[in-house]
Amino acid sequence: MTSVGTPVTRVDGPAKVTGAALYSAEITPPGTVHLAIVGSTVAAGRVTAIDAAAARAAEGVLAVLTHDDVPAVASPPHLLPSLLGAAAPGESFFPMQDTVVHYAGQPVVLVVAHTYEQAHHAASLVRVDYEAAPAITTIDQGRERAYDAERLFAGLMPGREERGDVEAGLARADLRVDMSYRMAANHHNALEAPSTVAVWNGGELTLYESTMGVRATQQTVAQLLGLPVSHVRVITHFVGGGFGSKAMVWPHTTLTAMAARIVGRPVKLMLTRPQMFTSTGHREEQEQSIALGATRDGRLTAIRHDKLSITSLFDDWAEPATGVSSQLYACDAYLGVHRLIKGNTMTPTFTRGPGETLGMFTLETAMDELARRVDLDPLELRLRNVATTDPRGNPWSSGGLEECLRLGAERFGWSGRNPAPRAQPDGDWLIGTGMAVAAYPMAFFMPPQRARARIFADGSATVATSTQEFGTGVLTMATQVGADALGVALSDIEFQAGDTDLPNSTAAVGSAGAGMVASAVHEAGTALRRQLVDLAIGDPGSPLHGVDPASVTVTAGRLTSSDRAGATDTYGELLGRNHLSDAEATGTWRPPPLDTPHGLLTFGAQFAEVAVDPQLGLVRVRRLGGAFAPGRVLNPLLARSQLMGGMLWGMSQALLEGNHTDPRTGRWAETNLAEYLVPVNADAPEVTVDFVEVHDDVVGPLGAKGVGEIGQVGVAAAIANAIFHATGRRVRSLPITPETVMEPTPAAAPT
Amino acid sequence: MRPLTYSRARDVDDALALVAAGPDSAFLAGGTTEVDLLRAGVSRSGHLVDINDLPLTAVEDRPDGGLHIGALARMNDVARAPGVVHRFPAISRALLQGASEQLRNMASLGGNLCQRTRCPYLRDGVSACNKREPGTGCAALDGPNRGHAVLGTSDHCIATHPSDVAVALVAFDAVVHTVGAAGARAIAADDFFLLPGETPEIEHPIGRDELIVGIDVPGTPIARNSVYLKFRDRQSYEFALVSVAAAIEVDAGIVTDVRLALGGVGTKPWRAWRAEAALVGGPATEAAFRRAAAVELADAVGREQNAFKIELAQRAAVRGLNQSLKGIRS
Ligand SMILES: Cc1cc2nc3c(=O)[nH]c(=O)nc-3n(C[C@H](O)[C@H](O)[C@H](O)COP(=O)(O)OP(=O)(O)OC[C@H]3O[C@@H](n4cnc5c(N)ncnc54)[C@H](O)[C@@H]3O)c2cc1C
Repeated sequence: MTSVGTPVTRVDGPAKVTGAALYSAEITPPGTVHLAIVGSTVAAGRVTAIDAAAARAAEGVLAVLTHDDVPAVASPPHLLPSLLGAAAPGESFFPMQDTVVHYAGQPVVLVVAHTYEQAHHAASLVRVDYEAAPAITTIDQGRERAYDAERLFAGLMPGREERGDVEAGLARADLRVDMSYRMAANHHNALEAPSTVAVWNGGELTLYESTMGVRATQQTVAQLLGLPVSHVRVITHFVGGGFGSKAMVWPHTTLTAMAARIVGRPVKLMLTRPQMFTSTGHREEQEQSIALGATRDGRLTAIRHDKLSITSLFDDWAEPATGVSSQLYACDAYLGVHRLIKGNTMTPTFTRGPGETLGMFTLETAMDELARRVDLDPLELRLRNVATTDPRGNPWSSGGLEECLRLGAERFGWSGRNPAPRAQPDGDWLIGTGMAVAAYPMAFFMPPQRARARIFADGSATVATSTQEFGTGVLTMATQVGADALGVALSDIEFQAGDTDLPNSTAAVGSAGAGMVASAVHEAGTALRRQLVDLAIGDPGSPLHGVDPASVTVTAGRLTSSDRAGATDTYGELLGRNHLSDAEATGTWRPPPLDTPHGLLTFGAQFAEVAVDPQLGLVRVRRLGGAFAPGRVLNPLLARSQLMGGMLWGMSQALLEGNHTDPRTGRWAETNLAEYLVPVNADAPEVTVDFVEVHDDVVGPLGAKGVGEIGQVGVAAAIANAIFHATGRRVRSLPITPETVMEPTPAAAPT
Repeated sequence: MRPLTYSRARDVDDALALVAAGPDSAFLAGGTTEVDLLRAGVSRSGHLVDINDLPLTAVEDRPDGGLHIGALARMNDVARAPGVVHRFPAISRALLQGASEQLRNMASLGGNLCQRTRCPYLRDGVSACNKREPGTGCAALDGPNRGHAVLGTSDHCIATHPSDVAVALVAFDAVVHTVGAAGARAIAADDFFLLPGETPEIEHPIGRDELIVGIDVPGTPIARNSVYLKFRDRQSYEFALVSVAAAIEVDAGIVTDVRLALGGVGTKPWRAWRAEAALVGGPATEAAFRRAAAVELADAVGREQNAFKIELAQRAAVRGLNQSLKGIRS
């Protein structure tokens, strides 16, 4: 029996619900003291004076550290996405090296005290004087300074993507749709605050860290501190959500290690909720516009897609917004341009569905508008334009878009929809439905991934790799994959993770985590199984001595051969006979090359039904339906949860989430969960998730494409399209709040 | 969090004496506001006097059809008391739409009346805020002010009063009872909340060492038809963008009595006196509701991000009146 593909419940479920699962901030080595960070209250300028006398005198305080005390970093950080497997600082900047302030919240003073409360109280007593300089933190403030980005993402991606002649394509179109949007910044707001516990043992450092990449943390901290990588160990058992905020390595981690070295004790840092808005990046404020040209029968002749956003002073960061719009539809002429404004913010970062989720919002609301203009059902318009290859003419590694569109439409009950807006009143409400395509690129920037499999003479087994559980269910999924590959029962195998002492796996980002880990674990389990099968065949004492290895299958630790009926051996007996206490093997998975001749997108389709109260501007999502083709579904229970979570996040992005800076001070206006709104249970509609099976042998031995982001992509567009269908009005900003939906004139109210 | 000391009062006199004894002492009820503000560094209390042992938790029906609510009665207990549900459904609904189930189990009615505005500038500890640091100015006037008030504002403060239940209480002429060194006082709920004017730091007409012991709501038959509607971005666990407590009485199509109060749009829970006056004696029609709401909002002052609330409040008021009217007819 195979375990992969079955709905195994979480192996870490009991530990989580009983509180036995330890998160980084819950680990307290003997002698641990606590760190509080004082962040700058200005967004630009200089620290002119620090009066720490009161803080130093406060009860329990061990040290108050300023830029005079914090050591220089061994080498300056250079932004690099953690998926590459190397050091991955979130920004090309390290604070507390001098007095200059580049963004609000930038660390300026560290306070170490015996307790968390003492550290925070003392931090509140530190007086910092600034010479403030004018700060640019909004697009409106910096519009004049916008420039074309040559490359994005630390140089990994071009800022401009072009094929064919867009101007000609637009000119020859029968119809043209132009849309533009303003999109507020987003913050991740994982439940668990980023935390670090730093413990020095001589020249060796151990970090308990809430991160999505233990290896990225290890390498970044080693580089900044000038330590051999072998002297830094990072341990992460459980992470309470990351969503991109813990995908890169941010200064607070290294500052904690520095503070621990200075005070000579283990130091624990847990950021406060307000600090979570200024310490681990964000999805940047942006404007997107799109122009579609089409023939009268709805075939695209040109797409021009523009994005303008704010980045930091140090890095050309933009969420790439054109990776999907450039390849989803068959269209000869495409131009995608990213423009940037340097401002006084931290470097923005990955936020669930980075880039493409808003890029797709723009594309898919424009497609909805186009469907109206050409008088086609929005679903039919998509089907008419589906690309069967990528723009280079390569086949998709696996497809499924058409099937997702059809299955999703059928399950949602799309057919027979009256296309006219405002056609379905329901008391004070107007009902509308909308749909959008979901698609998300797969990125194979990671180095080879390794895992180790081990079996003991009593038949118990482990598989291990350094990845960490951050809520996705990777512990469960990898246990299943390991069990199948090795041929043991699920109850006999344990997956070990969350420690850089284990074989290499790269940060779990870009929806790649499950695929990478599953592939490496599969290779390790398979290698060990082969090794043991060979041992049995070569063992004169084995009933399977001499059989063809291809004839051997292993189930629940029992070896049988199709060539020799009735003969069985077991892993335990085999090891015992051969005087082996255990056996182990390492497996390596090499990702497909970057120039693989395949298009790499994961596909899906999203459907939404909303009720809008046009008088009060209220929007209630009544139903969401998604159909997805994520390749092999390793565990339908976990995959469904991931996708549903993504869909709810998409709803949140459509209707609730948005942050703004106060342009006068450059500080974020919303820095707690009362003001930065995320949905509550009462907001959650009925959500259905369906799968379309597609086979993929490009993306890895198991054919899994990842479910981390695809669930979110397209939801906001489907909801916005449904709002249009309900009301006949298109809102030009995200999130779509009551004041933007409310019918503007009192004349509209019945009198 | 700043260092604190703590003591637990045995009775009302003890509580008064303990708070009077320390210049920075404060009462502690459910702690859902006070502890938050201490953590944010906004509350400067150095000594907390826990009043949870005081016998002030009753919720009683009064023979005149009214209610007595002890200052320490919890939001959930009040909301679910049969007398409140039947006699004053708007009070029950206002409570149940506030905060979360867990918070409502802790939070007291006395504390609810004393909760402070959610204005982020009060809470951030650095921005100009005349409530936190009198004389520093009001950062909200020209800053992100979507959540701020349009009624009862001044050049010194535009912070919204956040309470839901207070809106229903002012609509039904509740009376707040206090005791202090100078003896007992009864203060009309509408007077319990002060407009910011030039002294936004003074929010209530009671001293730091004056204890709320209870709230009385007089019998008001019209309240049986009352509604409380709360409109917000998400459907639970959020303060109101606008809320409305409404009750109407009609005879032969003519309004004989009406109560209307607004939340989320005023610097205090906003009794719509002018709208009520405009309605009584006139027809109970949507057009009349609409005109009355316009009268109430005529002097509202909107700013860059909150101007929409002026229209939204009017539409909400009309909704509230319509719903109460429907309630009588059905
Ligand atoms: C996340 C969150 C969401 C919320 N949402 C809502 C909402 O939607 N609607 C809503 O209406 N409210 C909401 N609240 C506010 C909540 O209702 C109040 O915090 C609560 O009612 C305060 O009561 P308490 O007993 O906890 O007061 P405490 O925090 O103990 O006290 C608050 C203040 O009142 C003083 N005080 C307390 N009792 C007395 C007394 N008897 N006499 C004199 N002074 C006294 C204290 O000294 C203190 O200054 C929310 C609160 C939170 C934290």
